[in-house]
Amino acid sequence: MYTASDLRKGLKVTIDNEPYVVTVFEFSKPGKGQALYRTKLKNMITGFTIDRTYREGDTFEHASLEERPMQYLYKEGDHYYFMDNQTYEQIIINEDALGETKYFLIDNLNVKVLMFRERAIGVELPNFVNLRVVKTEMWVKGDTSKADYKPATIETGYELRIPPFVQEGELITIDTRTGEYSTRVKE
Amino acid sequence: MTKNWPLARRKAALRQRARIIQKTRQFLSERGYLEVETPHRIPAPAPESHIDSVPSGKWFLHPSPELCMKRMLAAGYEKIFQISRCWRERERGSRHIPEFTLLEWYRKGGDYLSLMEECEELIQTLATDLGMEEKITYQEHNISLTSPWERMTVEEAFHRYAKISAKEALQQDLFDEVMVQDIDPRLGIERPTFIYDYPAKRRAMARLKEEDQTVAERFELYLGGLEIANAFSELADAEEQRKVFQLETETRRLLGKAIYPVPERFLTELEEMPPSAGIALGVDRLVMVLLNAKTIDEVVAFTPEEL
Repeated sequence: MYTASDLRKGLKVTIDNEPYVVTVFEFSKPGKGQALYRTKLKNMITGFTIDRTYREGDTFEHASLEERPMQYLYKEGDHYYFMDNQTYEQIIINEDALGETKYFLIDNLNVKVLMFRERAIGVELPNFVNLRVVKTEMWVKGDTSKADYKPATIETGYELRIPPFVQEGELITIDTRTGEYSTRVKE
Repeated sequence: MTKNWPLARRKAALRQRARIIQKTRQFLSERGYLEVETPHRIPAPAPESHIDSVPSGKWFLHPSPELCMKRMLAAGYEKIFQISRCWRERERGSRHIPEFTLLEWYRKGGDYLSLMEECEELIQTLATDLGMEEKITYQEHNISLTSPWERMTVEEAFHRYAKISAKEALQQDLFDEVMVQDIDPRLGIERPTFIYDYPAKRRAMARLKEEDQTVAERFELYLGGLEIANAFSELADAEEQRKVFQLETETRRLLGKAIYPVPERFLTELEEMPPSAGIALGVDRLVMVLLNAKTIDEVVAFTPEEL
C-alpha cells in the first residue's frame, strides 16, 4: 500500500483494477491549506492519461504486475525485442508501450519486463544507464562564460541538458527516473 | 571540473539572492522597521490544521516566527521584521523545501491594505535594483510591475476562474483543490495579483472584517501563478484566538496529526497587542520569480537530497 506522500514520477499503482504509472507529479499546498498531490497517470494498458489530485491520507494499491528479468536485444521498426534471462524466450514490446523508457535502452541492457495478465506492458530500467553524446556544442577548456547547461542529443535520439564541459562523443550517466544528466563517465 | 557541478553552477543565482536579501533589509530598515531575531526552537507552535512542525527534542523548530514576533508587538515594539529559517515537515516539491527562508514584518496600526502597498514598493525596489525596471519575465509570463497591481477578492477569483463559488467549494470540501487547479495558475500573470478577503473559515490568524463577518482581512500575493506572501490584519482578541486554536487543534486530531501544546504565553500577552498588521513572504519564492528560476532548488545552496 502506498500513501499520497509516496507518489513520484514512475510509481506504478492500481486504479479501478488497472495498472497506472505516474508520468507527472507535483506537490502543491495552497496558503494555509492542505497538501495536495497533483498527478498525471497513464493507463499502462490503454495508454490513456488521466489527471488526478490526491490528499495526504489517500492510499493506493501497488500495481499488480509480474516482473520478469530480461535482456534488451535490438529493435526493428517500432518493435523492441527482449529475451527472458531464464527461459531464453523472446518477446516483442511495441514502442508505444515503452513510452520514454525507449530512450534509455542500450543493447544487452538488463531490465525487468512488466507483465499484466501474461501481456508485456512496459519495462523497468536500472536507475542509471550510460549513453553516448552524439550532438552538442563545442566547449573550449577554461571558458567560464558559459556557466549554464547546454542542450545535447544522445545516441538514442533523446535530448537533455548537460554541463558545458561534456564534449561530443563522451559517455554520460543518466538517471532514468528523472531523465537528467548525472555524471560524466571516464573511459 | 568540480565534482559538485550543480552547486558550482548556482553561483550566479546565489549572488543575486544575497543581493535581494541585503536590499530587503535596507528597504525595511529605511522605513523604520527594526530587525529582530527570535528563537528557532520553540515549545509550542501555533496549532494550524495543515502546518506540521519538525520536532526538536521536546520542543519544535518554528514553522514561522509569528508567535514570538507578535509577543514583541504586544510588548511595545511597533515596527519589526525578521528574515529567518523556518521548517515545515513533508513539504517538498518544485516550489517547496522543508527548510526555507521566510521574511516577516509587522506594524502597529495599519491594516492588510497598507501591507499591500508596502509589498508592492518592496518588490518594485528589488526589481529595479536588479536592473529589471518595470517588467519581469517569469517562465512564459511577462509581468508588469507598474502600479497599481491587481486586487481581487477570493469570491471574485472563484467567480472568474472556477466553476463553483467559494462558498460552494467550502461546503463541498473542495476549496484547496479548486484553488490549486483552477485559480492559482491564473493569478499574477500580466501583473501581480493580491487576492483578499478570505472566507472566515480560512481566516488563520486574521481578524474578521468589521462590516462583513463572513470574511477575514487576509490577502495573498501571487506573481506568475506562484504564491509569494500571506498577510493579515492581525486578530488581537485573545479569547477569539483561543477558539480558533481549538478548532484548528480539533481538525488536527481528526486528521490524526500531532497535537501541540497551547501557546499560553502568547495568548496571555495577545491582549496587550495593539491593532496591527503582519505579513509573511517566502524569500526563496521571491528569488525564484526575480531570477526566473523554475524550481526552488535553483535558488538554494543545498536541497535536503544533496546533503
